[in-house]
Amino acid sequence: MQEFLNNIIPNLMGKLPTFYQSIMDTLIMAGWSGAISFVLGLVLGLAIIVTKPGGILQNNVLFQVLDKIINFFRSIPFIILLTGVMPLSRLIMGTAIGVEGAIVPLVFGTVPFFSRQIESALAEIDHGLIEAALSMGSSPLEIIFRVYLKESIAGIARGTTITAISLLGLTAMAGVVGAGGLGDFAIRYGHDRNMTDVTYVTIIVLVLTVSAIQLLGNYVAKKNTH
Amino acid sequence: MIELTNISKTFGPGPGQVEAVKDVTLSIEKGKIFGIIGFSGAGKSTLVRCINLLESPTKGTVVVDRQELTSLSSKELRAARKRIGMIFQHFNLMRSRTVFGNVAYPLHGSGLSKKDIAKKVRSLLRLVDIAEKEKAYPSQLSGGQKQRVAIARALANDPKVLLCDEATSALDPQTTNAILHLLKRLNEQMGITVVVITHEMAVVKEICDRVAVMEKGQVVEEGEVFSIFANPCQPVTKDFIRTTSNLQKIDELLKYNSPVAQLKPGELIVKLFYVQKNVSEPLISTVSRKFDLDLNIIFSDIEIVQNAPIGGTVAIISGEQRQIEKAMEYLIEKNVGVEVIADARVSE
Repeated sequence: MQEFLNNIIPNLMGKLPTFYQSIMDTLIMAGWSGAISFVLGLVLGLAIIVTKPGGILQNNVLFQVLDKIINFFRSIPFIILLTGVMPLSRLIMGTAIGVEGAIVPLVFGTVPFFSRQIESALAEIDHGLIEAALSMGSSPLEIIFRVYLKESIAGIARGTTITAISLLGLTAMAGVVGAGGLGDFAIRYGHDRNMTDVTYVTIIVLVLTVSAIQLLGNYVAKKNTH
Repeated sequence: MIELTNISKTFGPGPGQVEAVKDVTLSIEKGKIFGIIGFSGAGKSTLVRCINLLESPTKGTVVVDRQELTSLSSKELRAARKRIGMIFQHFNLMRSRTVFGNVAYPLHGSGLSKKDIAKKVRSLLRLVDIAEKEKAYPSQLSGGQKQRVAIARALANDPKVLLCDEATSALDPQTTNAILHLLKRLNEQMGITVVVITHEMAVVKEICDRVAVMEKGQVVEEGEVFSIFANPCQPVTKDFIRTTSNLQKIDELLKYNSPVAQLKPGELIVKLFYVQKNVSEPLISTVSRKFDLDLNIIFSDIEIVQNAPIGGTVAIISGEQRQIEKAMEYLIEKNVGVEVIADARVSE
């Protein structure tokens, strides 16, 4: 087996510790920024839904502000955002490089996208349900937790899946700030040193990861669809 | 039980605004089934939402069970809403909850223990005859079953008022009847006041005690169902009644010269209809015998509304001229509406 692998992917076998480290880096970056983005995006998406005209906590000023902020950050290409938020990274994380330095830009790149996903999942909820809950004397907080969130678990799972996969894509670019990770690994060895086997194995790992995320997302969505 | 005073509701700012409800004053008695009928866009759904303040009226006051809802804080209003149940055209059940979960939803935070909630939910499900579907999800139910669950949910906090917004409009006629009878039964058993919004006169005829007719945001006519049916005043009310009665068919028969409406000289076609609740005499045979006339009934459409017959008969009368006159006077005296539709008597 060892022999066989040494034969078909010689370059990668020579870089195994770096390869494993890259996988860990990617998982750490995606994990942390994903977890932070999930919470922030969920709150932001909910805030957009409840403050928009006709919402249960209608507030035009807040709605307009949130809406514009989301659009602003969504229109910045991630590669530019990476360098653009460096000062903020330094302020929050103490560094703008490495895995820690990548988390802030990854969050900025993911939250706007994810909050739109949440917004559209929540917008699927029939207004009649909200009306029924109001007629039963539910408070806004109850409606948020017991109607909006509870009824859209499947939609949220789907949105989370899409976002997680796109976040994984974003981490590949984080090499620009020296964050390492699989993307950086593939570029540095696979492309720059023309070790194509590195590229291919990286692709296989990514495909498997994406498939696993998609399977999990589909499972949760299906479980919560009645 | 419900007092609406000078309710107006305007949507939107500026010149494009829509006045959905204009200066409506209504009083709904406790324990009654009150219908509000109107064509779509008449403002009836907005008006019913003003009762539990899902729409807050631009002007006017709402009093339900001696409590002025329009002056409450939002917290007090939420408490008041628990005493006002509401059901909807599209049921609005939560798809991620089972039948049990849906009915238990409004009981959350009511201070009942888990065990008491389960007990209450089961008794509500029995009340609406759907106990066996406790574990089903809404997507597994038919329309009528969904509405039963919605009714159970609306009744969970023992409301004194039940608002029904087009509750049967998405159901087939048979299911509609079953749901209407359920509402009637709940009204009789629990003494709950029911407000029924509908665009179908058949619904009003089936269960309502009183009815208000709405047009362009205003209540144009209001009264006991029987008297509205017997003596409709407004054109829109007449339109609605026509939708549930066959009596106007005679106009068509005459227009197309149908053989059943052909008159011989000396004959005439009359429409006889109920205008009062107390007619119970065998009028046709009495008239026939007393005045020596022949009455050939072309068709008849009589129904029972509020335990009294309503509708009438279209018949061809033939006989001696003077006797016909006398017979018609006699009928009018007996409080029967008489309308001559076609006349083939030779003028003397």
